[in-house]
Amino acid sequence: MENLNLILPEIFISLSIMFLLILGVFKNDSSKITFNLSLFAILITTIITFNETFFVTRETLFNESFVIDSMSSLMKIITLIGGFLVLVISSTYLKTFKIYNIEYPVLILSSILGMMVMISSNDLIVFYMGLELQSLALYVLATYNRDQLKSSEAGLKYFVLSALSSGLLLYGCSLVYGFSGSTNFDIISNQLNSEEYVLTFGIVFILVGLAFKISAVPFHMWAPDVYEGSPTTVTLFFTIVPKVAALTVFIRFLYVPFLNLIDQWQMIIVFLSIASMVFGAVAAIGQTNIKRLIAYSSIGHIGYTLAGLATASNEGIQSSIIYISIYVVMNLALFSCLLMLRRKDQYYENIDDLSGLSKNHPLLSLCLLVILFSLAGIPPLAGFFAKFYVFKAVLEQSMYFLAIVGLLSTVVAAFYYLRIIKIMYFDKERDKYDNDHSLWLKLSLTVSTILILLYFIFPSQLIEVVSRINII
Amino acid sequence: MNFPILSSLILLPTIGALFLFFTKNKEGNNLTAKYVALFTTVVNFLISIYLWISFDQSTSTFQFVEDRTWIEGFINYKVGVDGISILFIILTTFITPLCIISVNNSVKNRLRDFLIAILIMESFMIGVFCALDLVVFYLFFEAGLIPMFLIIGIWGGARRVYSAFKFFLYTLLGSVLMLVAIISIYWITGTTDVVQLYEIGIDVKYQNLLWLAFFSSFAVKTPMWPVHTWLPDAHVEAPTAGSVLLAAILLKMAGYGFIRFSLGLFPVASEVFTPLIYTLSVIAIIFTSLIALMQEDMKKLIAYSSVAHMGFVTLGIFTLQQQGIEGSIIQMISHGLVSAALFLTVGVVYDRMHSRLISTYGGLVSVIPKYSILFMLFALASLGLPGTSGFIGEFLILMGAFKDNFLVAVIASIGVILGAAYMLWLYKRVVFGKLLNEDLKKILDLNRSEYFILSCLAAPILFFGFYPDPLINTIEVSVTDLINMHNTNIASK
Repeated sequence: MENLNLILPEIFISLSIMFLLILGVFKNDSSKITFNLSLFAILITTIITFNETFFVTRETLFNESFVIDSMSSLMKIITLIGGFLVLVISSTYLKTFKIYNIEYPVLILSSILGMMVMISSNDLIVFYMGLELQSLALYVLATYNRDQLKSSEAGLKYFVLSALSSGLLLYGCSLVYGFSGSTNFDIISNQLNSEEYVLTFGIVFILVGLAFKISAVPFHMWAPDVYEGSPTTVTLFFTIVPKVAALTVFIRFLYVPFLNLIDQWQMIIVFLSIASMVFGAVAAIGQTNIKRLIAYSSIGHIGYTLAGLATASNEGIQSSIIYISIYVVMNLALFSCLLMLRRKDQYYENIDDLSGLSKNHPLLSLCLLVILFSLAGIPPLAGFFAKFYVFKAVLEQSMYFLAIVGLLSTVVAAFYYLRIIKIMYFDKERDKYDNDHSLWLKLSLTVSTILILLYFIFPSQLIEVVSRINII
Repeated sequence: MNFPILSSLILLPTIGALFLFFTKNKEGNNLTAKYVALFTTVVNFLISIYLWISFDQSTSTFQFVEDRTWIEGFINYKVGVDGISILFIILTTFITPLCIISVNNSVKNRLRDFLIAILIMESFMIGVFCALDLVVFYLFFEAGLIPMFLIIGIWGGARRVYSAFKFFLYTLLGSVLMLVAIISIYWITGTTDVVQLYEIGIDVKYQNLLWLAFFSSFAVKTPMWPVHTWLPDAHVEAPTAGSVLLAAILLKMAGYGFIRFSLGLFPVASEVFTPLIYTLSVIAIIFTSLIALMQEDMKKLIAYSSVAHMGFVTLGIFTLQQQGIEGSIIQMISHGLVSAALFLTVGVVYDRMHSRLISTYGGLVSVIPKYSILFMLFALASLGLPGTSGFIGEFLILMGAFKDNFLVAVIASIGVILGAAYMLWLYKRVVFGKLLNEDLKKILDLNRSEYFILSCLAAPILFFGFYPDPLINTIEVSVTDLINMHNTNIASK
């Protein structure tokens, strides 16, 4: 028990969830205090995670089923910060729809807990437990605006399809267990050999399940509907936090238990990556709803992160992690802009609603301009560097086809980002939007935009943090 | 370490833009913003003149070099100038203040934002010409798309959206392959530092593909036939100042890139692909000159003439002769001045009549004589009359071409005649003839600022036409060494 401090973050966050539930049930009108306390809890958890685990190279707990290493601690911190920021900018939105209840922060906290378990899992069962915890919380969150038809539809759709993918995943896990005789990743890694064809099925099932969770093509169908239907703040949560966790698990699966079977899965990842990049770019062109467009754009971005994973090198993994971190910042900024499109208690989420924004709200549209150019990957903004690192790693392995297809799809993707900029800057203006945004919303937009804009001055810091991650 | 003069050249316009960003945004004629922008760019011009004075012409090594770690163990922020790049920097800093003076009439709304875009554009353009690291070069090269997209899209003419998109996507599509090539170079040689790459050289077996990847980017930017179609659209729709920047400086990035990177890094491939460049250049010269003859829109005519002139430039670069390359550089500088001047002269009458069609005009000489004289000077410089800078460039290029390939040189010479034909015909239709359009009778001659801008451009065109020595002295040693390096590389392979 001497290294129990390593899972102190998980313990603390579980205790806070229970406490907040009790508090919410027994105290009247407690939504505000639960919100604030849960923010506080996330903050404390982040600090604990940083203090206790950030400098740990690699430690395992509970019969090696739970692993703390530099990747898990970094990804947990990104998850926690993402969760914190989502929570902090959602309050105005939730109040507008009169769904400012205690369940919201509690559900977010539970899904974060699930993700933290997922990130640290080194065992099939622990992994599945974490996955289900976060998924169940996310189903409820998707339907959170239950008076709206679209929100219920989104939740139901997400639940049915996600349950299906969990089933596939579980089936894959059982096949792998059957052939290796253990649920522990390290033992599986030693036991597996590529002679067994049924084992390949197991891997494919697991990869399909994971690809579903990060919405890679061709397992992306749920994403546009769910993103569009869910409340905007929940969509923001969907687009960043579960992706970080699922990506970590993806890395863990590919590079710990299945490392020796690289010939079997590399082609699959390359295919997923190319399909996602191309499909994300092409399908987003026709969209009229911003949330749907973001769904397709996030599919494309997942394609780029997968391109880094397909390289089977430490540089590739690091570049994927850099990509996802920069992507989190960009998406956060994008959604902050989206949450500012409010007029008389109504939120606007069609692309046409941005028409002529630059005349009425020059600063907001300037931020959006920077964010969109960054998402399109135009230098010198952060999004360019994210792509640059990925393609650097891809080209190191001489995977020219992947790199060229990826870069050409950025040109296609640039088109739909430019279309939004065109609507904002070149078209006729509409009525003004409200200007009384919460301080946190303004702060998160400003800080993330400045980070995107000025990332090029200090690019080394992020690389330095990430370069400690050596999985292979 | 000495004062970082190149970095301050790059940064100063951005600082000016930041300053403007925090000033109050007034509608209409925002004089404060204009003065701030003008002051910044004039100071930048003076710094670049100081750079030219203190530049040592007797060596081809890079000077004023700044080398800082940027991404640990991967990319250094490295800038420096040699005889080839310094002239482009001065061209940039010279043209930008003139653009800013010229925005008086053409930009009606959001003047402050327009000036910010121009200033940021200047930073990126100077950066392109200073960069001595491939990644840094790519960064500046691509970043310039953002302000230019906005300049065309917000302040442009009727079909501005189409043109802005076409400009952006064409250029981006060309450039992504260059990014692949740059990263591949890093993995092949272990560095992206241009100076080191000159020394190590790149293995011959990779050169052809890498050359093609760079070519795809530069060919679009130059623009070479058949990927030139974005240029007429972009030029026609952009506001006058935008057209000036585009024609005078943006197009030169590609010519500069050909000399610095295609020739310098891939000598063997450059030899291999010379026939390709010759063919495309000759087609560009003849074909676009013929198209220019048929244009009814003045800006479009000048845009097509730009394509033809850039055809001469690419032809000259790949003659791989001393005269050819020197001629190309001088032609680029001269074209920078002349095309800027021509777009401004078109802008002058456009501001008054709001028509770019040639048929609107005719007989201008009797109402606005000052304008007609300056217009004549620029038209003659464009067709390469001896005594103007246009002549020096074309003459040297053709001399280099005759040494290398007689047939190509003869066909290109026909292009000179066609160039004279469309320019003189344009001039005749606009300035001479009977004054038929009643509205033209009330047209005003050049006001003081227009007169000032056009004389500023006329002076160097005439000066370097009669006395090109300052230009040639600056570039000579660098070009000689480039060719020597090229020849030794070829001989050793």
